[in-house]
Amino acid sequence: MLGLIGIVLVLSVLAFVAGSLRALTLARAGTGRMLHSRASYHGGFLAIMTAVPALFVLAFWAFGQPMVVEGQVDRLLPPEVQSASALERSVIMGQIKRVSQNLDALSDEEKEAIRSGEKPPVAVLLPKGIPVSGVLGAYTIDAAETYAKLTALAEFWRLAVVLGVAILCFFIGYTRLKPEFRARNHVERAILVFLIVCSTIAILTTVGIVLSMLSESIDFFSRIPPASFFFGTVWDPRFGGVTRAGAEGQFGLIPLLWGTLYISLIAMLVAVPIGLNAAIFLSEYASKRVRFFAKPLLELLAGIPTIVYGFFAIVTVGPVVQAFGAWLLPLFGLEAPTSASSVLTAGIVMGMMIIPFVSSLSDDIINAVPQSLRDGSYGLGATQSETIKRVILPAALPGIVGAILLAVSRAIGETMIVVMAAGVAATISPNPFESMTTITVKIVSQLTGDTEFTSPQTLVAFALGLTLFAVTLVLNVIALQIVRHYREQYE
Amino acid sequence: MSDSGTIQMSRPTGRVPEGAPVKIASRDVNLWYGEKQALFGIDLDVPDNHVTALIGPSGCGKSTFLRCLNRMNDTIDIARVAGDIRLDGEDIYAKAIDPVQLRARVGMVFQKPNPFPKSIYENVAYGPRIHGIATSKKQIDEIVVTSLQKASLWEEVKDRLDEPGTGLSGGQQQRLCIARAIAVSPEVILMDEPCSALDPIATDRIEQLILELKENYCIAIVTHSMSQAARVSQRTAFFHLGYLVEVGDTADIFTNPQDKRTQDYITGRFG
Amino acid sequence: MSGPSDSERIAISEIVARGIRRRRAAEARFKTYGAIAILIAIAFLLTLFATIFSNGISAFTQTHIRLELALDPALIDPDGTRDPEKLKSGNYRKIIETALFSRLNVDAKSPDARLARLMLSDFSHYELRDRVVGNPDLVGTTESVWLPAHSNIDQYIKGAIKKETPNERRLVKDQQIAWADELAAAGDLKRTFNRYLFTRGASSKPELAGLEVALIGSFWMMLIVLVFAVPIGVSAAVYLEEFAKKNSLNDIIEVNINNLAAVPSIVFGILGLAVFVNTIGLPRSTPVVGGLVLTLMTLPTIIIATRAALKAVPPSIREAALGVGASKMQSIFHHVLPLSAPAVLTGTIIGLAQALGETAPLLIVGLFAFVVQAPATPFDSSSALPVQIYLWATYQERGFVERTSAGIIVLLAFMIGMNLLAIILRSRFERRW
Repeated sequence: MLGLIGIVLVLSVLAFVAGSLRALTLARAGTGRMLHSRASYHGGFLAIMTAVPALFVLAFWAFGQPMVVEGQVDRLLPPEVQSASALERSVIMGQIKRVSQNLDALSDEEKEAIRSGEKPPVAVLLPKGIPVSGVLGAYTIDAAETYAKLTALAEFWRLAVVLGVAILCFFIGYTRLKPEFRARNHVERAILVFLIVCSTIAILTTVGIVLSMLSESIDFFSRIPPASFFFGTVWDPRFGGVTRAGAEGQFGLIPLLWGTLYISLIAMLVAVPIGLNAAIFLSEYASKRVRFFAKPLLELLAGIPTIVYGFFAIVTVGPVVQAFGAWLLPLFGLEAPTSASSVLTAGIVMGMMIIPFVSSLSDDIINAVPQSLRDGSYGLGATQSETIKRVILPAALPGIVGAILLAVSRAIGETMIVVMAAGVAATISPNPFESMTTITVKIVSQLTGDTEFTSPQTLVAFALGLTLFAVTLVLNVIALQIVRHYREQYE
Repeated sequence: MSDSGTIQMSRPTGRVPEGAPVKIASRDVNLWYGEKQALFGIDLDVPDNHVTALIGPSGCGKSTFLRCLNRMNDTIDIARVAGDIRLDGEDIYAKAIDPVQLRARVGMVFQKPNPFPKSIYENVAYGPRIHGIATSKKQIDEIVVTSLQKASLWEEVKDRLDEPGTGLSGGQQQRLCIARAIAVSPEVILMDEPCSALDPIATDRIEQLILELKENYCIAIVTHSMSQAARVSQRTAFFHLGYLVEVGDTADIFTNPQDKRTQDYITGRFG
Repeated sequence: MSGPSDSERIAISEIVARGIRRRRAAEARFKTYGAIAILIAIAFLLTLFATIFSNGISAFTQTHIRLELALDPALIDPDGTRDPEKLKSGNYRKIIETALFSRLNVDAKSPDARLARLMLSDFSHYELRDRVVGNPDLVGTTESVWLPAHSNIDQYIKGAIKKETPNERRLVKDQQIAWADELAAAGDLKRTFNRYLFTRGASSKPELAGLEVALIGSFWMMLIVLVFAVPIGVSAAVYLEEFAKKNSLNDIIEVNINNLAAVPSIVFGILGLAVFVNTIGLPRSTPVVGGLVLTLMTLPTIIIATRAALKAVPPSIREAALGVGASKMQSIFHHVLPLSAPAVLTGTIIGLAQALGETAPLLIVGLFAFVVQAPATPFDSSSALPVQIYLWATYQERGFVERTSAGIIVLLAFMIGMNLLAIILRSRFERRW
């Protein structure tokens, strides 16, 4: 595949040279006409003609080939596999494909042993470093051999068709080269199309996000009723999975949502006062020198990866919070916290992470308040703090609200800090020293486990992801609209 | 500044004739923005219960000088003032003087109407509230009403005091700013081209207002419009390139300017 | 219309004067809150750095013990062929043990023998094996070799395990401490630069665990981000800034890009898992999948930075180019884009630095594999720098805590280096129009 792309690209470079030379020849031929476009545009036109259609064919082929091959192989599989769920079948097909790529590693006796059912495929294949699981049956070898044969055939035709298209289009393009040929316009149109395609990738990404989570979520909701997901108060997915009968587990979102919101709340209680005060200080009070040093330090805080914050939370903040809880809670007749991971630990550290986010956004927004309002207030004899509190902050309020909403969205979606410092127990409790868990923690733990993609234990991660995406999307869009509206007001 | 010597020589004293009550007296005021000097030895007296107009071409320092009078230049980091400005004989740049206190006595109205994004009522009540002049709701109500009346805005807004001040027309906004300034009963009102953003009708109303206010306030107004200076002011000071070129009764300045530059400016040769 | 009387004015100015002290105090308080906020943020940053450095700096050295090893041919090359393949299966463990026991005067059958073995890393014989296989002439000679000490001994030497702790609660026993001290006094035990940290992959033994696989994995991913995100991001920005008309489709694209910049990173991980792994069929746990996920995440950053850069180029440049007969496309690609290149580059570097530290989506697409062999291509199983840090952070052993911090130091060094580069580029090529 990569090789073929390489060949097409090399052909395209050759076409560029050929086109440029041809154009120069035409120009020198002395037909009395100047070239409409510079020679390199003729070359570029030919290069595009050679590469683009061929690459399109290749792309379609790349999608179509596995479908056709797997459709053929699928027919060879025994009925019990045919009747399995679509996801289970895709897992089996994936493993057959892997076997088909490693057929050379098997001796004829080994193949025969599998075929006859004498040995399960796993027992033979796994020791050879071919990663397969116990779902495969005796049909494996036949299916894999068919797979390999069809793939080889398809790849031969792929080579032929792709190169054929490249060469054909090259000649079609070549005949069009004339001095008056508007090569530049064609090339520029092609570039424009490329630019447009690139800018739609953002939309495709969003569509991809939604679609990728939607189908799995629908699958999940076909097994677990949505009401027991969205309103369930118990989270107990029971790893162990599909094999154990009646072990479906409970997937209540509420405890995760509670943990997520509780931690975000603490993070906001830390980040908003500190971030806002810091922004006010930097934009209104700090001398040039203080700003020169403090601003990059705050930016540095923003640039630190969240994994570092997570580590800091468990080694430094966690023990301090735990010790504090051990002192505080008994005063109220409560038990001392048993672990260093807690809502408070995660919330404080997350708040620290969000400080620069709040402060830099607020800084922008405060600076957008026109100087004339400040002058008006100073002119009446207001002090600086009175001006800030009574004129600037009220004027900037919508923008600041927008900034805080963006920060909330960030807190809700933050993963590594909570994975490391919040805990895994899905509890609903008002006690901030208790360890709780969040949506993101559960996405990570459900998707990094060893269960197959078919079980609700894994599928729930997609439902959680979709929920997370929906919540943050709403927050982001509202926040961005508020901020945009605010900026336009003062522009 | 090769010719600074000659200009220094002809530096006008800017003193009010004997007998007139001087509200603000400035002597040898110099101002720098960073390295650049923007005002050169300004001597100017501003008489009480008069309107003094500061005129001159753009960038001549007239607004800068005006902002010295209530220490608004303090809010600009790089601005540095030297010299002596006295309000009722008291040095306003003395250490003991708090600019906040000073600005309660010397109010200011700006070029562009800048009502706060609050209600009309809150705009006027802002000053009395921050200074603690009025504490009860009744007192504040009273101040708001009289200030709006004095700014001849009351009739137009009395039914919509809770609406945002930014929703008014430009001229109304500027009168609101004047009401806001007089709500703290200042002694001096500084006006920095208060009509430059307004249409002729709104301008006329403001000018009427200025003439009414002069009975009770000392007013200094920076203006681009010589006809406005002629209409509203009793004294006029002409600034040029950071120097005070000439000052005197408005009628004298406009009919019989002493300095060539004043003459050129007034006759429209430059500016 | 009459104004305030003089007496009224005096009353007012007295009220104002009375309030001044209170208001100035409020002013000072308010200013202090701001300063405190800044100080808290900076104190937090410094604590963070202090924690990481105090924990991690020691991981850049590793304790080694010198032994005189008699490379007995009977044990490693019984056939005398010196064939490297054969040499690989020699009994190096025995050679090391013999030398160790004789150096420490321990009888192989005494209870102390177990403690003696725990002086050296479990895998120190591999070190010796690689040495001999690399140079078969060594067989039969006596070599003086520095072998990695066991992690616990290493921690004792570094002071993390204290002598004062009672023997039974200490991972390093009294006897071992005596040996270690004796070896150190004799110059046969010392701390040297820990090259394993950069030349080895995953290991269950902290003294042998390194970042090599993670670094190479991250390198591949950064390369993929660079190759895909920059052309696509710049192209999208050029279209949106220079060609796109104001219509609803382009509005949607705008909102989309701004929103994508704020979508939680873990969601991109799910996207990668579903699209790149499950649908397209790229191998899980590989840099290519991780790189593509990071590309999608970095795109909005690059697009936003490029648009800002393009916006900063004054229209006069465009007009000048169009005026001499260039097409719009030519004016952009010959003039506008080169002029905004430094800003684009700065945005790209900052985007890359963000991508380098991203952990959650890589966990989702499985880049946490236990990989010993460095990935030769982006299609091989790998780890990534931040993920390796995460994995190490989940171990309790002191040796891993130290390495976690060391990994973070390496990561932060890259991040700060990249950000500094961006700052330098920005100030060096900053253009004022």
